[in-house]
Amino acid sequence: MSGNKAITTTESAWVRWTLTAIALAFIALFLLLPLAAVFAEALRKGFDAYLDGLREPDAWSAIKLTLVTAAISVPLNLVFGIAAAWCIAKFEFKGKAFLTTLVDLPFSISPVVVGLMYVLVFGAQGWLGPWLEAHGIKIVFAVPGIVLATVFVTFPFIARELIPLMQAQGNDEEQAAIVLGASGWQTFWHVTLPNIKWGLIYGVILCNARAMGEFGAVSVVSGHIRGQTNTMPLHVEILYNEYQSVAAFAVASLLALLALVTLVIKSVAEWKHERELKAAAEMPPERPIAPQEAAT
Amino acid sequence: MASTPVPGGTRKVLPGFNLTLGYTLVYLSLIVLIPLAALVLKSLTLTGAQFWAAVSSPRVLAAYKLTFGASLFAAGVNVVFGLLVAWVLVRYAFPGKRIVDALVDLPFALPTAVAGISLTALLAGNGWVGQYLEPYGIQLAFNPNGVVIALIFIGLPFVVRTVQPVLEDTERELEEAAMSLGATRWQTFSKVIFPAIAPALLTGFAMAFARALGEYGSVIFIAGNMPMVSEIVPLIIIGKLEQYDIPGATAVAVMMLVMSFIMLLVINSLQSWQRKRSGGA
Repeated sequence: MSGNKAITTTESAWVRWTLTAIALAFIALFLLLPLAAVFAEALRKGFDAYLDGLREPDAWSAIKLTLVTAAISVPLNLVFGIAAAWCIAKFEFKGKAFLTTLVDLPFSISPVVVGLMYVLVFGAQGWLGPWLEAHGIKIVFAVPGIVLATVFVTFPFIARELIPLMQAQGNDEEQAAIVLGASGWQTFWHVTLPNIKWGLIYGVILCNARAMGEFGAVSVVSGHIRGQTNTMPLHVEILYNEYQSVAAFAVASLLALLALVTLVIKSVAEWKHERELKAAAEMPPERPIAPQEAAT
Repeated sequence: MASTPVPGGTRKVLPGFNLTLGYTLVYLSLIVLIPLAALVLKSLTLTGAQFWAAVSSPRVLAAYKLTFGASLFAAGVNVVFGLLVAWVLVRYAFPGKRIVDALVDLPFALPTAVAGISLTALLAGNGWVGQYLEPYGIQLAFNPNGVVIALIFIGLPFVVRTVQPVLEDTERELEEAAMSLGATRWQTFSKVIFPAIAPALLTGFAMAFARALGEYGSVIFIAGNMPMVSEIVPLIIIGKLEQYDIPGATAVAVMMLVMSFIMLLVINSLQSWQRKRSGGA
């Protein structure tokens, strides 16, 4: 800036354009095209055929089961995420790094292996199998197994979003609130929560998208009973394997819409968060100007 | 700063440590650790010979080879194109940039089964893309090529999202210094920028690779699932389960679990290397 000759730290125009074109072509080919194909295949035989695919009673029960699964697993992981982030980000204790690794662990285990684990605990030959059978409780090949497998695969989403955020924000504001006489809950609701709300929204919608879209783990524990233990992704698989392509893509298009909504909310949350950070950076540190002070 | 806490002093001021740690440990044990223990203990009930027979049959070995090879290849492609996409997003301005940036996360948001059937429909012989390739004898679906393509789709955001923030933080002053000392743009990239983003790039590679190893939903539709040719390891586990061969499924699952743990260790140490790098700069 200050020198007599500005040094350009960028490439010549044609390099810039070539690189941008290759990157955009790659995105179009690998991301945009598959997304577009879902809707094109769903509407291939017209809008009525599309609606017929969605009107099927089995499709409807799959939609309901998917919603129920997400409605149970997302709140469970939300409460866990906040609790885990609170103790990991706000306190120092032995084994903290190890605990953080354990929280991340479900991300690195193959969904199919996750499903198998639950079969080994709750299945007929599993640890609790005989006891459950004697009491007439079904977990594997039933709805509870689907929910449990979904909780496992979406376990870290909210926690891993909140931990770095709360670590970066430090404890100063909470400590001030406590010293001024606020209770722990008041401090959390009025001080911590407003600070982490965008990260929280971000984590919740990603968790929800995965919960509604999980395939591998749910596939192992579901038993594929039509109208009973089929979630939307499993229903898509069944229809697809029966060569009911339009119906399969019709249900898939609902999931693709969910993905699009997820991306929009995520982007909005990111932009809002950035704007708040910028606004905070422009405020004088430590002491925001009080209105009456600014007037004088 | 008056508010700087005395070491160990924070615990006394903020409440809720015991409650949240206790809840975290109980929930973690119930959901993750106990099922994990079930798998490990089940595998210990197998004899060595049983275990070895299950994990080393020719069909399983072929699946390891495919899963490893395809995952490595896909992660490699993702490193190249992920870096390119991250670079273009951080350094250049173009219309629709925000939409492209948002779209990068699509593989995280789109259910894998949907990605699987969609890629299959595109690449099958009568699909939008497949119909132009078939006359030349190029088949991208129902063989190992399809596995690689599905894994590229799944892994892309890992590389972009690990490299992007590091690229944003690189110091332009260093580049200006290199350029004013007479370095070419390429020299500046390879000697100044690349070393700064290399740890992030490697982390992204490892994450994409780890995810690809366990991926199931997007692959099974496009792979064709021919034994010895295009069958991935998770599908072997499903196959054994469907034949009620629970010991065999467990043995193969333990092999995958060991691989997951190794990758987790690798990623953790890469990330701490990256933190040290950026902390020291």
